[in-house]
Amino acid sequence: MSAPRASIGKIAAAVASYLQAAPLALILGFFFLLPILMIAVVSFWDYDFAGLYPDFLTMNYTDTLGSWVTWKTYLNTLKYTALVWGLTLLIGFWVAYFLAFHIRTTTMQMVLFLVCTVPFLTSNIIRMISWIPVLGRNGLVNSTLIEMGLIPAPIEWLLYSDFAVVLAMVHLNTLFMVTPIFNTLMRIDKSLIEAARDAGANGRQILWNVILPLAKPGIAIGSIFVVTLVMADFSTVQVMSGGQSASVALMMKNQMSLLQYPAAAANAVVLLIVVLLMVAAILRVVDIRKEL
Amino acid sequence: MSKAAEIDIVSVSKIYGSTTAVHSISLKIPSGSYCCFLGPSGCGKTSTLRMIAGHESISAGDIRLGNTVVTDLPPAKRGTAMMFQSYALFPHLDLVDNVAFSLKMKGVDKEERRAKALEMLKLMQMEPYANRRPAQLSGGQQQRVALARALITDPEALLLDEPLSALDPFLKIRMRAELKKLQKSLGITFVHVTHSQEEAMALADIIVIMNDGRIEQAASPRDVFERPATAFVARFMGDHNVLTGRVVESGDGKVTLEVAEGQKFTVAGPAQAAGSPIDIGVRTDRVRLAAPSEKTLGFHGVVSNVEYRGASVKITVLGAGSDDFTVIATDADYFKTPVAVGDAVPLSWGLEDAVLLGRVAA
Repeated sequence: MSAPRASIGKIAAAVASYLQAAPLALILGFFFLLPILMIAVVSFWDYDFAGLYPDFLTMNYTDTLGSWVTWKTYLNTLKYTALVWGLTLLIGFWVAYFLAFHIRTTTMQMVLFLVCTVPFLTSNIIRMISWIPVLGRNGLVNSTLIEMGLIPAPIEWLLYSDFAVVLAMVHLNTLFMVTPIFNTLMRIDKSLIEAARDAGANGRQILWNVILPLAKPGIAIGSIFVVTLVMADFSTVQVMSGGQSASVALMMKNQMSLLQYPAAAANAVVLLIVVLLMVAAILRVVDIRKEL
Repeated sequence: MSKAAEIDIVSVSKIYGSTTAVHSISLKIPSGSYCCFLGPSGCGKTSTLRMIAGHESISAGDIRLGNTVVTDLPPAKRGTAMMFQSYALFPHLDLVDNVAFSLKMKGVDKEERRAKALEMLKLMQMEPYANRRPAQLSGGQQQRVALARALITDPEALLLDEPLSALDPFLKIRMRAELKKLQKSLGITFVHVTHSQEEAMALADIIVIMNDGRIEQAASPRDVFERPATAFVARFMGDHNVLTGRVVESGDGKVTLEVAEGQKFTVAGPAQAAGSPIDIGVRTDRVRLAAPSEKTLGFHGVVSNVEYRGASVKITVLGAGSDDFTVIATDADYFKTPVAVGDAVPLSWGLEDAVLLGRVAA
């Protein structure tokens, strides 16, 4: 009598835990895994100007990887990524360092941290576009410099250039570096720094031997954010370069507007693999799980 | 193995904004001694230690270590090494690199510093764990590594900030013995901050009892136990009952005081002005549950609590203006004439069991 009841209870418990996991599994399945799977499938299809034809062709990949335009675009995107990563890391680390070690009260730390997030109250596009009146030919910077008599004619490379693209990307992404680094720095026991000083370390030695090694997980997480965001960016490149530079995502967007969906899908799969390899490389260098 | 330094603290104060943590204290710690700073939390003992270490600036006064005034020197230039309360081992380095850290900062090359660190770990019997990270060690092992890291700088004085507070009671007693042994064999000055009376009594050559930023008494454990200098020391060490009253009569090497309830007590001591406030301490283990031979060496009270402790019984009595007058009776004495809560009991002690307590000039 009681044996079957006990087994029913066991089954109910097992079902309950699956039910608890179901909502997230369904959401991720439908809105994340399924689309990626479809992109992977479509990347092997045939197409012309009128439609898509289910097939299994490697043409989309050979076309993409065989074209020097693709390689040049990848190189350009990697250049942006490297520059933006380096700059956001440099700026982000010092902002986080200042917040964590030079601001004494927790309240002030939180207030200043919130100030850092204020730009995020507007959209990406607005923050990007607002650079245009600043950097333009007759913009704030150029007109000020001319009025001060420092330059005879407007500087041309301020807007619609690689400089403008990198500047806007750094502006958009630095906070993604600040947040995780600030988080790891805040958890460094202050007595470690005193212990280092007691052992005769000067400021630079403390930074290099104690703070930087302990901030590694935060740097890794911030790097993953910045690298994935910049690798996949198309709007900043388009707006800030004035259409003169390309990125991989911009190339895909152009292919889609020409209805070359399978080609764009193949491109997307390649980009996904490249970005995953970069993330894997970051995780190889820093073991995030161990430090969290 | 190493030279020990005398530590001389001269009218040192520590002021944080509008609060004074340490009020102009002066103290000489002889070279090669084990000194314990003892007191309740917030009494200024840790601030004093951190000022000796150089992790806290000195607001006024000077500290001399050996022949050098170290007041304005950075921690590593003082010849002191500090062991932190939570040990502050670097979590990202293995034990060898932790111990070798100060040598690395000095620019000693890798082979040499690792060899020295291993030697130090060997001394602490931690060599088998040399390649582990601190998180893989128990509390007692972490403490040994922290000691090795502090001692590798060959300090003249080792400063320990509540080194035993993170350990469980059994380990505490074992590590305590190890610390004492280490201090004896190294012969350097140890300054140890603690809030445990037992720890200080067991370890120290000199106990410095602090309260409210001032030194109440600095003396050997025996002196502190037998002749507490002030009412605070007597209460904090817990071995004396404190009775407070006013002087009514003095002379002939004796002082008689009257407490608020009207009882009179006599204590040996120099003559005092009649009417001045006075505290006396009565040894808890010398009070007997018997009628006093002299009226001023005892009183009648009511038992408010009885605690059995095995070899002794702790009896708390209300009376003579005290609500926790404590009697520690041996179990044999107690069970001859047991008392219960609510009983009226006579209490008495000998003249030599009471001490006159002083007051700290504010």
